[in-house]
Amino acid sequence: MLQSQETFIDKGLQGMEFIEYSGHLLTWLIFIPLIGAGIMFIVPGEENQRRWALVVTLGNALLSLKLWAGFDSSTAALQFYERTPWVKSLNIDYAVGIDGISLLLILLTTFIMPLCVLGSWTYISKRIKEFMICLLVMETAMVGVFCALDFVLFYVLWEMMLMPMYLLIGIWGGPRKKYASIKFFLYTLAGSVMLLVAIIALYFQNGHSFYIPDMMNQPYSMSFQIWVFLAFFLAFAIKVPMFPFHTWLPAAHVEAPGAGSVILASVLLKMGTYGFLRFCLPITPLATHALGTYVLWLSVAGILYGGFTALAQSDMKKLIAYSSVGHMGFVTLGIFCFNKSGVEGAIIQMVNHGITTGALFLMIGMIYERTHSREIKDHCGLAYSLPIFVTFLTIFSLSSLGFPGTNSFIGEFLILVGGFQFNKIAAGVSIIGAVLAAAYMLRLLQYVLFKGKGRDDISDLNFREAVTLLPLLIFVFWIGLAPEPFMNVMHVSVKNLLDQYHSIQTVASLALH
Amino acid sequence: MEIIAPTIVNSSILLWALLIPLAGALGVFLFGKESPNFREGSSILAAVMLCCTVVSMRSAILNGVMYQYQLFDILPGVSLTLRADAFSMIFALIASFLWICAAFYSMGYMRGSNEHAQTRFNTCFALAIFGAIGVAFSDNLFTMYLFYEFVSITTYPLVAHHQDEEAFEGAKKYIVYLTTTAKGLLLPAMILIYVITGTLDFPTNIYQGMFPADTESWMVTMLFVFCLFGFAKNGVMPFHHWLPGAMVAPTPVSALLHAVAVVKVGVFSTCRAFLYIFGVDTMDRLNLGIPTAYFVGFTIIMASVIALTKDNLKARLAYSTVSQLSYIILGVCLLTPHGMEGGLVHIANHAFSKITLFFCAGAIYIATHKKNVSELSGLGRKMPWTFGAFAIASLSMIGAPPVAGFVTKWWLLVGTMEASKIDPMATGIILILLASTLLNVAYFAPITIKAFFGKDPEGEPYEGIKEAPLAMVIPLCIACSISVYIGIQPQFFMDLVVKVVTG
Repeated sequence: MLQSQETFIDKGLQGMEFIEYSGHLLTWLIFIPLIGAGIMFIVPGEENQRRWALVVTLGNALLSLKLWAGFDSSTAALQFYERTPWVKSLNIDYAVGIDGISLLLILLTTFIMPLCVLGSWTYISKRIKEFMICLLVMETAMVGVFCALDFVLFYVLWEMMLMPMYLLIGIWGGPRKKYASIKFFLYTLAGSVMLLVAIIALYFQNGHSFYIPDMMNQPYSMSFQIWVFLAFFLAFAIKVPMFPFHTWLPAAHVEAPGAGSVILASVLLKMGTYGFLRFCLPITPLATHALGTYVLWLSVAGILYGGFTALAQSDMKKLIAYSSVGHMGFVTLGIFCFNKSGVEGAIIQMVNHGITTGALFLMIGMIYERTHSREIKDHCGLAYSLPIFVTFLTIFSLSSLGFPGTNSFIGEFLILVGGFQFNKIAAGVSIIGAVLAAAYMLRLLQYVLFKGKGRDDISDLNFREAVTLLPLLIFVFWIGLAPEPFMNVMHVSVKNLLDQYHSIQTVASLALH
Repeated sequence: MEIIAPTIVNSSILLWALLIPLAGALGVFLFGKESPNFREGSSILAAVMLCCTVVSMRSAILNGVMYQYQLFDILPGVSLTLRADAFSMIFALIASFLWICAAFYSMGYMRGSNEHAQTRFNTCFALAIFGAIGVAFSDNLFTMYLFYEFVSITTYPLVAHHQDEEAFEGAKKYIVYLTTTAKGLLLPAMILIYVITGTLDFPTNIYQGMFPADTESWMVTMLFVFCLFGFAKNGVMPFHHWLPGAMVAPTPVSALLHAVAVVKVGVFSTCRAFLYIFGVDTMDRLNLGIPTAYFVGFTIIMASVIALTKDNLKARLAYSTVSQLSYIILGVCLLTPHGMEGGLVHIANHAFSKITLFFCAGAIYIATHKKNVSELSGLGRKMPWTFGAFAIASLSMIGAPPVAGFVTKWWLLVGTMEASKIDPMATGIILILLASTLLNVAYFAPITIKAFFGKDPEGEPYEGIKEAPLAMVIPLCIACSISVYIGIQPQFFMDLVVKVVTG
């Protein structure tokens, strides 16, 4: 048995090869925001601080286009790879690199950030410098997490996100900000402690190395894999958040300022699902296979729970927050189908959810700035007085409910194709979630567009706000109608990931007989 | 029977056919409140242009051409592609032509009753036509699903137009029924079809279907049922409640809903799915035809019985629509050439007659503000044109010559005879058709008879009541005349229908 596994692993390891890259592009992408945050301390004047944050995030977004241009989608190897020793005594490296799974998520992050800055231009009126510093530090951590190849680096960046997010909610949040920020902090911390335990266990199993590609596809014993998987699962499931670990999310979303909610929904939630793909499948494949069914059904439970709860909300932010639980349930459903359609659908759905839900949170932030209320009942019949606002809202809501021709449809379609190939019953049940999504989004639209007398005291979106939303609108239709460029970058990486996963299952089952 | 494959021609004319109503909607939106004449003008202009575009394709298609135009390639086997074949043409022709009538009529109606939000109304109207044309010209299930959903969304503001409790209640029912069935049944059906066949593109004839021969029959049957109920716009019981609920809408909307955009989108999609996704051969092999015909036969009878009990004229017409739509599905499910022809041609026949009836109901309302059948006694003498048209159109519903409905009933009966030769089980369908004819007489004839020969109500004579504005009476007379014309000269649509069946 050992023999066959070893020969296989040799093959498997070839899959995680890398392409050396001398330009330090990823390092720049990670550290430019941090440097920008440092310079922020000496930028005088609130307007200048806003502008500086915009320049830094926009510059980073533009720089990240080089990733897109230079990415070779014909190989599953790690690209833009860099590795230098960091703490030599403990074998900790500074190692970064991306493949088709992380590329889109990094681009999503860098592109969402300038929109967050724009979206909080007037929303945030106190402590602007500190706010922008938090945003920039967040960006460093988020980009870093998606390309870290060393577990210590990963963990440091993972934890680094906690503090600025805690501050974003705790300082600039709504009335119950203390409760929400502490709840967020404790939940996520609980998850990451388990993650740390798993990392240390892997470190000792792997000849004292934290290098992630070396940990993949190793012949760990089943019981070891189960424990590591459970630790991973807890950390990632809280982050996603999967039912029943989701209770921090509505509180955090409701209290967080507009930009905070956007970051939370668009990027932070993706860390969990990214973790499942990047770590659970290749590091603990046998445990993932053994426990996958449970996770699959938890996803379905999340889809239903999120849908039903969203249907009952009177607070717009809560509605979108619960809808996130449902949408992220679809993502985990796709991942745990272990087939091409499901996983590719999950990845594109992560991006879609980032775009659509990010846009919806931005819009709620914009309306909150005007009315200081998030209640649906306070925003009835806006179609006449705010035509631009409702046009955007309609399109993003339709995208959110998976209307054909928009981005979310592609993701949902692929995930359900994967679902029906893998487990017809689970996929069939999750269809109810798709119905519910239509129900709660149309209910929201019905109120905001038609019902009630409308309001004359609030103004329509201004130029800056429309510009903030426009890029997201373009992506809604771009991914919805021509997803090929986005899908192409992930084909080979996903195939490689799944090939390895499935051949390990085959080897294991052969060994059993 | 030998099937000749059509000559596929790649043509952007389909794109234009789709863009014209969209441009019309944009024009309406832009002119908006500033200039009502330009606003209505742009929707009428778009309607005329669309009709000309569609008509210009007819002769080539009869000669064996199939137009195709790909807009977006989305996933392997999934694309946004348009096609125009004989089957599309039946629907596209009626939708585009009746839009002209409806545009004039709604101008008269909306101005006559001084309705609010006319810009929104006209924009959504044009968008609904855009959706309907999109459904007619879909080349695959994805495109059809997209436009099908689009029609649901854009007709919502039309149904909720009055924005009072009743309107929201009706509109809520409308959207809940339609989106729930579409998401709950069509979406899984579409995905399963994609999983099984790897594509969503329709074949070019009605016989072969999409499924490989080794597909389990329970799966195909389940998907068939999903399609029958998933396209709930077809009004098949038990998912028909949205239709009477949507009666709260202004009458031009009801006319549009019932004759052109919505219900026909439903029936057209159902028939497209039955004939092209499943195919006559598969339906025959799995014996899906006759049982489905009986099933929708229940809707035919039941809806007629309910219509008898309704005093509200529009509600009565609504149930009549529920009943008549199932004729189309019944015809297709007979699976014999003449049966299918009878069913498909009823898409057109019913459209012209039913829009006449709704136009009449609206004209009566605008002229007299009366909504109930019991209040119409003697009114025919005051409004001879309107009630004359009503009488003729109701003859079409009954199936009496020389109006369009007769052609349908004739071919349906011939088709049933053919089917009963193959499968004696089908004989009972003759009884359904006869019973339904009698029921139609029972709920339509009294209206006309009372209107022309009934006494004026005592105490409130119809003083000062005259015909509705010309913008309403002329379209309804035109629609009525066409009903008669295609009853006497059915070739215009029959040629297309025969082309669908014989390839």
